[in-house]
Amino acid sequence: MDFQYEFVLSTLPQLMQGVKLTIHITVYGLLGGMALGVLTGLILAYRIPVLNYVGAVYVWIIRGTPIVVQAMFVYFALPLAMGIRMTGVYAAILVLAINAGAYIAEIVRGAVLSINKGYVDAGLALGLSRFQVTRYIVGPLAFRRMIPPLGNQFIIGLKDTSLFIVIGVGELTRQGQEIMASSFRALEVWTAVALIYLVLTTVLALSLRWLERRMKII
Amino acid sequence: MKIVECKKVCKSFGDSQVLHDIDLSINTGEVVVVLGPSGSGKSTLLRCINVLETITSGDLLVDGKSVVDPGTDLRHIRQEAGMVFQQFNLFPQMTALENVAFGPRKVRGTDKKEASDQAMELLTKVGLAERAHYHPSQLSGGQQQRVAIARALAVKPKLMLFDEPTSALDPELKGEVLSVMRSLAEEGMTMIVVSHEIRFALNVGNRLIFMDNGSVVHDGDPRELYENPPTERLRDFLHAIQ
Repeated sequence: MDFQYEFVLSTLPQLMQGVKLTIHITVYGLLGGMALGVLTGLILAYRIPVLNYVGAVYVWIIRGTPIVVQAMFVYFALPLAMGIRMTGVYAAILVLAINAGAYIAEIVRGAVLSINKGYVDAGLALGLSRFQVTRYIVGPLAFRRMIPPLGNQFIIGLKDTSLFIVIGVGELTRQGQEIMASSFRALEVWTAVALIYLVLTTVLALSLRWLERRMKII
Repeated sequence: MKIVECKKVCKSFGDSQVLHDIDLSINTGEVVVVLGPSGSGKSTLLRCINVLETITSGDLLVDGKSVVDPGTDLRHIRQEAGMVFQQFNLFPQMTALENVAFGPRKVRGTDKKEASDQAMELLTKVGLAERAHYHPSQLSGGQQQRVAIARALAVKPKLMLFDEPTSALDPELKGEVLSVMRSLAEEGMTMIVVSHEIRFALNVGNRLIFMDNGSVVHDGDPRELYENPPTERLRDFLHAIQ
């Protein structure tokens, strides 16, 4: 086996271009996913009339179809069907947000429903509005319960950006693929790419651990 | 002056009717102890008074405002009727002081400093000033319940509702909660207490209500009812809870 470290070093600048894009898509995609997921999760948990059904259909469709197919649909099918055209990066962010949002909605719903109803009663009995009870009591308690499953979802989201190779987005995996195609050094390229993903997911996992510890109630 | 007025109040959960035509009025300054077997509707009646449950029919007025009138701000009723729960329900992410200061800050818009000072006064009153910065999980059940009483008092209610406040406590912790309730009664607070603490009913209460199967069966002076129970049912019940 002939592993060329110098070759790996020479590819780093190009791989870092990919890392930047991977982080870019992950951050915006997951922020969007959080917004969508929290909104949908609350709608489902509180069974808001009508919207409740819209949310359930959204979760059903997104969880029931592969993210690669969703990416292809947005990037290749939407322009044909409705004339909506966007760059690969926008499509990637949109798909990640919609996809993660469906899973996050279920995380949020579960966490909200797990909070003891006694705290809601206590809040209402003080004269707080339903919104205040959610904002100041149920929300902070539910958020703590969400951190571990959210961490899971964020890591899945980060790794799922590699699937956007199918719509030609120059993220990390795509950069690896391109270096491979011109150099045929599969061992070096995929080892380097895998290690970089591992570093990214480790940083993410450790940050969430830190947040979990910081938010811990005595 | 009537602070609570029930007129033919009925409450059902699905097919099961929990309250049957309750007619009851409670005057300012009264300390009413509500007794009755489990499932008799005592807790439901309290929860209807501060609108944690919506009545099915009839009318219920708190401080002159009807809970069924669409024009009534339910939050106003809840602010006037403070509630203490069997399981305390202190907010676990907040310290004792934050729990007590929370209501005034969010409901009455009191500023942080003032709410904090008031909360400290109330904690002093329930004998927990030195535990102000502890979280609920660091307090005993009796201490948690005293904080919960201070939290309910903080929004300055005209009426206090106690839903089995000592039922979840070890026998030696009940006393500290009952003595706080006693001094509250002595200050003239109107109180409705669902409890099986018969000594509290006799020594502090000035009215005893016995509920069974969703109806008010007896309503009168605690000592008279205790010493001469008018029915077999009440006699057996008093015997059973001793």
